[in-house]
Amino acid sequence: MIYKKPIIEVDGIVTRFGDRTIHDGVSLSVKQNEIFAILGESGSGKSVLMKEMIMLLEPNVGNVSIFGQELRGISFKNAQKLRKQWGVLFQFGALYSSMTISENIEVQLKEYTSLSQEMRNTIVRSKIALVGLDEHVGSLYPSELSGGMVKRAALARALAMDPKLLFLDEPTSGLDPVGARNFDALIVKLRDMLDITVVMITHDLDSIFNIVDNMAILADKHVVAEGSLKNVLQSQHPFVEEFFKNDFIKEKYLDKVKYV
Amino acid sequence: MNREFIDYIITNDTVKVVSKGKWTLQYVSKIEKLLEKIPTDKQIIWDMSKIEDFDTAGILLYIKYFDKFKKNVSVTTVGYSEKQQKMYKLLREHTLESIDVKKVNFLEELGKNVIDLLKDIKDFINFLGHIFYAMFNSIFNFSNIRIKEMVYHIHHSGFNALLIIGLTSFLVGMVIAYQGSVQLAKFGADMFIVDTVGISIVRELGPMITAIVIAGRSGSAYTAEIGAMKITEEISAMRTMGFDPYNFLVLPRIFALIIALPLLIFFSDIMGILGGMIAASMQLNISISQFIDRLYEVLELKHYILGLIKGPVFAFIIASIGCFRGFQVSDNTESLGLQTTASVVNAIFLVIAFDALFSIIYTELGL
Repeated sequence: MIYKKPIIEVDGIVTRFGDRTIHDGVSLSVKQNEIFAILGESGSGKSVLMKEMIMLLEPNVGNVSIFGQELRGISFKNAQKLRKQWGVLFQFGALYSSMTISENIEVQLKEYTSLSQEMRNTIVRSKIALVGLDEHVGSLYPSELSGGMVKRAALARALAMDPKLLFLDEPTSGLDPVGARNFDALIVKLRDMLDITVVMITHDLDSIFNIVDNMAILADKHVVAEGSLKNVLQSQHPFVEEFFKNDFIKEKYLDKVKYV
Repeated sequence: MNREFIDYIITNDTVKVVSKGKWTLQYVSKIEKLLEKIPTDKQIIWDMSKIEDFDTAGILLYIKYFDKFKKNVSVTTVGYSEKQQKMYKLLREHTLESIDVKKVNFLEELGKNVIDLLKDIKDFINFLGHIFYAMFNSIFNFSNIRIKEMVYHIHHSGFNALLIIGLTSFLVGMVIAYQGSVQLAKFGADMFIVDTVGISIVRELGPMITAIVIAGRSGSAYTAEIGAMKITEEISAMRTMGFDPYNFLVLPRIFALIIALPLLIFFSDIMGILGGMIAASMQLNISISQFIDRLYEVLELKHYILGLIKGPVFAFIIASIGCFRGFQVSDNTESLGLQTTASVVNAIFLVIAFDALFSIIYTELGL
């Protein structure tokens, strides 16, 4: 039952911090069940845009709608309802440092559901296994984990409530190449298996070329290109030229960029 | 002069500068001093051919002085190698025109500080609004109160502080009695040491010592805890999960201190009087039973209650400032230190200011 109505609609967003304008009319839309990437150079406001989607920041002008719900002036109740429908993976995990991994994954279940302790344990264990972590990791604290494990644990926590929408902030940054590819495969697997829509910020070329369905490129305070890789590569914007059309990429991804 | 790095020959209409030796980082400051001495009233011909070794620092130095000379006279560079030119080009691209450093104007600085202060106050009022809103919600909805966290904080901020508060109060009580006894003995008014110690400890010093120790101990801890959570984005993570940080982080701490501080003040009163009692018996030979009898006579219940009433107020000040400063921490570790300092300083100052306010109110009311 895939309906093509966008899950996320960003419409004419303007964001300013003091005199600095970050976005000047940014619009994009994310469709159901796709893996959508937000790209752009550092400082182009990718993270800010994502924060505006997950209600950590409010844009000065413009609107964001998620599941058809406008975020501006949203009531507390509706906001809470929305928050239970998405999971967020922060760039550095943002696991609660005073809790074990199991407790981190469990916390929302504990607060928002009336599941029994036994059921909660089962769910926590399955999420840990789902992201490919060892069972004993559950009893460790975030400070005892490696960078890659933190990312996986944070993903497990983001998945705890079985969200329909997943926000990932640079999911593969800081991972070794093998770990990063496994993580990509995991995201695709989850998307196919759980019908999740994924929005991610990434710089990782392998992710962009292999798992991303659609993307939006932020540069000069605007979305300069949006759509599939093929569409985006048609763009003549300097950032796109520099990012995608260098010798390294032409060599490595010959088959994908040949139509440029 | 030192001819190791630079040599120059002055003719009628030109200065021929010959760079030589090692133009590398470790000699740059030496070379710079030499370059300063070159006269800039005639056309300069700069010869590079004798340079043995150079690095980016050397080339940057050359760029700096080339530009400087060029302002006054024409400069021609000769004898540079291809390698030098390549590095020069690379560095030229990345050397921005030197920008004049804006001088800080006193008035501007003052204005900025005032605005910052006003903004701080505005933020704090906003924060208080959030707290009262969350408190209001909690009062009508008891299940919102995080009992477990609250008990945890009562244990850590209250129970674990017993030793240090007991010790401090004991010593202060002793010092008061000791100092007072010397003066009172002069008038033969030995017995009044009980009044001095009893009333001053119970009404003023007990609450004050407790509040100051707790501000230093728990106020700073609250700032550091919440600040660290902010740096690691744990607060953002909480928000995205729909956990209101005010409800989960701020209120348990405030409620915990509001409960713990009066109890600590009670303990501090006992220890302070005990200290005074011991000092009095050593210094003035007032026996313990005499002391207690006299205490019964002079220390009315109202003094004790008036001291205790300050507890919840001080607790609210300390906990709310501690949490507020924690939320003020921005994404770097330096601000964590600054905010923790500010938290303790603000809390202690406000505790003392409110204590003065209490004194005025009590006096006006004739208590």
